[in-house]
Amino acid sequence: MTNTLNFLLAGVGGQGTILASDVLVNVGLAAGYQAKQAEVHGMSQRGGSVTSFVRWGKTVYSPLVGAGEVDVYLAFEVAEALRNLGQLRRGALAVVNMQAIKPVTVTSGGQPYPDDDRLRAKIAEVTDQAVYVDGERIAAALGNARAANVVLLGALSALIERSGLAPELTPDDWLRVIAGRVPAKYVELNRQAFGAGREAVGEGQQLS
Amino acid sequence: MIESPNPVVRMLSGDEAVARGAWEAGVAVASAYPGTPSTEILEEFARFPNVYAEWATNEKVAVDVAIGAAYAGKRALATMKHVGLNVAADAFMYASMTGIEAGLVIVTADDPAMHSSQNEQDNRTFAKFARVPCLEPSDSQEAKDLTVAAFELSEQFDTPVLLRLTTRVCHSTSAVRLETGSWKLEESADDESPIPNPQSPIPKFPRNPAKYVMVPGNAIKRHPVIEARIRAVAEYAETCPFNRVEPGDRALGIITCGIAYQYAREVFPTASVLKLGMTWPLPERLIRDFAASVDRLIVIEELDPFIEEAVRLMGIPCEGKRIFPLVGEFDPRVVRESAINAGLLPGDLHVALTGVDVGQLPARPPVLCPGCPHRGAFYVLNKLKVLVNGDIGCYTLGLIAPLSAIHTCGCMGAGIAVAHGAAKAGSPEHHVAVIGDSTFFHTGIPALANVVYNQSPVITIIMDNRVTGMTGQQENPGSGHTLQGRPAPRIELEPLVRALGVKHVKTVPAYHVEEIEKTLREYLKLDEPAVLITEEECALLPSARKRWVPLEVLDNCNGCTLCFRIGCPAILKSDELDEKTGRPKALIDASLCTGCEVCAQVCPRDAIRFR
Repeated sequence: MTNTLNFLLAGVGGQGTILASDVLVNVGLAAGYQAKQAEVHGMSQRGGSVTSFVRWGKTVYSPLVGAGEVDVYLAFEVAEALRNLGQLRRGALAVVNMQAIKPVTVTSGGQPYPDDDRLRAKIAEVTDQAVYVDGERIAAALGNARAANVVLLGALSALIERSGLAPELTPDDWLRVIAGRVPAKYVELNRQAFGAGREAVGEGQQLS
Repeated sequence: MIESPNPVVRMLSGDEAVARGAWEAGVAVASAYPGTPSTEILEEFARFPNVYAEWATNEKVAVDVAIGAAYAGKRALATMKHVGLNVAADAFMYASMTGIEAGLVIVTADDPAMHSSQNEQDNRTFAKFARVPCLEPSDSQEAKDLTVAAFELSEQFDTPVLLRLTTRVCHSTSAVRLETGSWKLEESADDESPIPNPQSPIPKFPRNPAKYVMVPGNAIKRHPVIEARIRAVAEYAETCPFNRVEPGDRALGIITCGIAYQYAREVFPTASVLKLGMTWPLPERLIRDFAASVDRLIVIEELDPFIEEAVRLMGIPCEGKRIFPLVGEFDPRVVRESAINAGLLPGDLHVALTGVDVGQLPARPPVLCPGCPHRGAFYVLNKLKVLVNGDIGCYTLGLIAPLSAIHTCGCMGAGIAVAHGAAKAGSPEHHVAVIGDSTFFHTGIPALANVVYNQSPVITIIMDNRVTGMTGQQENPGSGHTLQGRPAPRIELEPLVRALGVKHVKTVPAYHVEEIEKTLREYLKLDEPAVLITEEECALLPSARKRWVPLEVLDNCNGCTLCFRIGCPAILKSDELDEKTGRPKALIDASLCTGCEVCAQVCPRDAIRFR
C-alpha cells in the first residue's frame, strides 16, 4: 500500500457495524499497517444511524476521513448507503447490503423510503466498483441472520483482494481476527458466513 | 478491550487507554457519573483487580469522593463528560486550593460537535480558572501515557490535574504498546511485582487544618501558594517530554494539541510543529523559541482560541480562529479547506466531491425503544396537552414526534426547578416536570425539596426504570447493585419523596396508560406539589428481555392510526387496506415488539391482542 486506505462503514444501531469496524481495524493491524478507527455511537442504541471510519496505512494520523476521501464503503442498509454516499471519492469500492430498515418517520410518519432502483442508480453515478449483497438472506440460510455483518466482511475481503489495494492480506488474516472476536461456539458459523460473503461476489476459492 | 494477535500491541479506545493508565498508575479509588463520551473509562477500570470503582450519584460527589481518597493518601480518579465538570466545579476549585496527599486526576471528556451533549464548552478554561495543569492526549497511546504522567505531576506539585479528552480521542481506537515482561501485562495480583497494592492500609488521615480546612483565615494563605505552584508547573512545562517540537519547513510553524495535532500532521506533512501535551500552563520560552524559528505561526486547536489567546498575550503574533472554525469539530477536510481559503496551501490540494444528489431521505432520529416504559406517560402528556419541563436522559426523546411532549431541557436536574420558577412567575398553565430516576438522584432531590419548601403546584413525574439508561444501562442507587457487581441497598423513591414532605405521591406501573392518565387528571386539579412515579425496568435489561412476547394486530383493525400516536418503532403501516375506510391497517413487527401492551391499551377497537 502506498498511501492510506480509508474505510467508511454506515448502518443502523444493532446491525453489527461496530463489530465489523473492530474486525477491520484489527485486520489492518495484523497485516502490519498502522490502523485507527473512529465511530459515533452516542445515540445508536436508540435506533439512530451509526457511522464508523477505519484507516490503514504506513502512517495514519487522523482517525477521521474527510468527505471525498473514502476509498472503501461498507453500507449495511439502503437508506444509510445513500445518506453517506457523498463522502466517497469517485470510483471507490463499495459493498452494499440490500437490507431496508425503515425508521419510524417512514413506518408511521409517512416519509418516503428510497427503492432499490434509486439506490443502484445513485451509487452508479459515483462508482462502477460496487457490489450488492443480501447479507441477511445469506446469513439466515446458514442458520443465523445476525452473522450478516461477517458475510459483508467476506464480500469486502474479496473486493479488496481483487482491487490489489492491500496485496499483503490473505483471507486467513481476516478469519483469524474474526475468530478472536466472536464466542467459540460461533466461530464455525462466522467462518461459513465469511466464505459465503466471498462467494456472493464471485470469489469461491477454498479457505484454509 | 480488543485483543490483538500481537501480544505487545492492543487496539484500545482512548477511554480504555485511560482506564489502563489509571490501573498502571496504581489508582485505588475511582468515582464517576456516566456521561458520553466518558462512560467507558470507569466501566473498563472497574474490571481491573485490586481497585475500587463506583458510580457516584453526580459528578460533584464523584470529585469529592476522589478528593477524600487522595487526602487519605491513595491515588484517585474522577471521570465525567464536559458538562459534568460544571456540576463538580465547586469541588474542583477547592481541591486546587488544598492540594492532596496522593495523586488526584479529574478526567473531562469534551464533546466538540455535540454528538450527545447540550453544548460544546471547552473545559481547558477550567484548568486556567482553577490554577490546575491540563494534559491533552492526541491518541490512545498518549491517553495511557498522559494518565500515568498526570498522577506523577499531581504528586510532584501537590495539585489536582485535569486530563482533557474529546469525543474523537475517547471513541477512536488506535494501537497501544504494552511492554512485555513487565508487571504491566500481568492482570492478576502478584505479591512479588513492584506495583503497590492500591488497597494496602493507609497511614493516618492527615490532620493539617491549615492545608485542608478552607476557612477564610487558611484559604487566604493558600491562594499565594497555588499561584506559585502554577508558575512552577509552567517552568516544568518548558521541559515536559509531552511538549515537543517536530522540526520541519521553517516557512510555517504550527502550535497544536489534542486530536487537532493529527489533522495538522496530515494536512501539513512538512511544516514545523510544536505539539503540546500540556495545554495549561503553557511553556512560554518554548513557544517563544519556536515562534522565532518559523516565518509564519499558526495555532490549530478545536473550539476555543485557548492557546492562541495565551500566545497573543505573550506578544507573539499568530493566527488561529481567523483561519480555522471556532464552532464544531475538525477533520482533515475542515483543516485543509480552511488552510486553502487562507492561502496557506495551494488550491490544487482541494479534494473535489462527487456532488451526487441522493434526493430526499427519511430522517432516522433516535427514538424511544420498542417497549420503553417512558412511552405511556408521554402519550398521556401529549394527549392532555400540558406544558412539560424535561430533563436529561432517554426520556428527553419524548420531544420527538408523535409524542412531542417536552418543552424545555437544559441540564441535569433542571426541569423541576424550571417548572417551579415558571409557576412562581404566574405561568397560566400547570407545569409538569419529567425526570428519570438516575437524574432525580443526581440533582432532582434538592429541586423537589425546593418545590415543597416554597410550595408550587408543580407535578413531578419520576420515570423510574432502575438504571441510567441513555449512557447504556449503568447502575444507580435504585438498581440494587454497584458498578463492580456487588449487591447494594435499593433506595426506594416513594418513601424518599414522602419524607421530603410531598403529600400527593403515587406509584403507577409505567405500562398502565389509563392509571397514569387518571392520576395526572387528579393532580391537575390540585394547587399543591404532587409526584407521580412511573415504575418499570428498562426494556433492554436482560431481566426484562426474558419477558418479551410480541403482540399481534387482529382483523378488526380499521386503520384508525391511533396506535401510531405512541411512536413505537414496532408498529408499522401494513400494505393491507381497510375495506370501508381505505386506510392502511396497523402491523406489528414481531422482531421488535416486546409486548408492553401500550398500543393495545390505546386501541379503541381492541384490535391488538393482549399477551
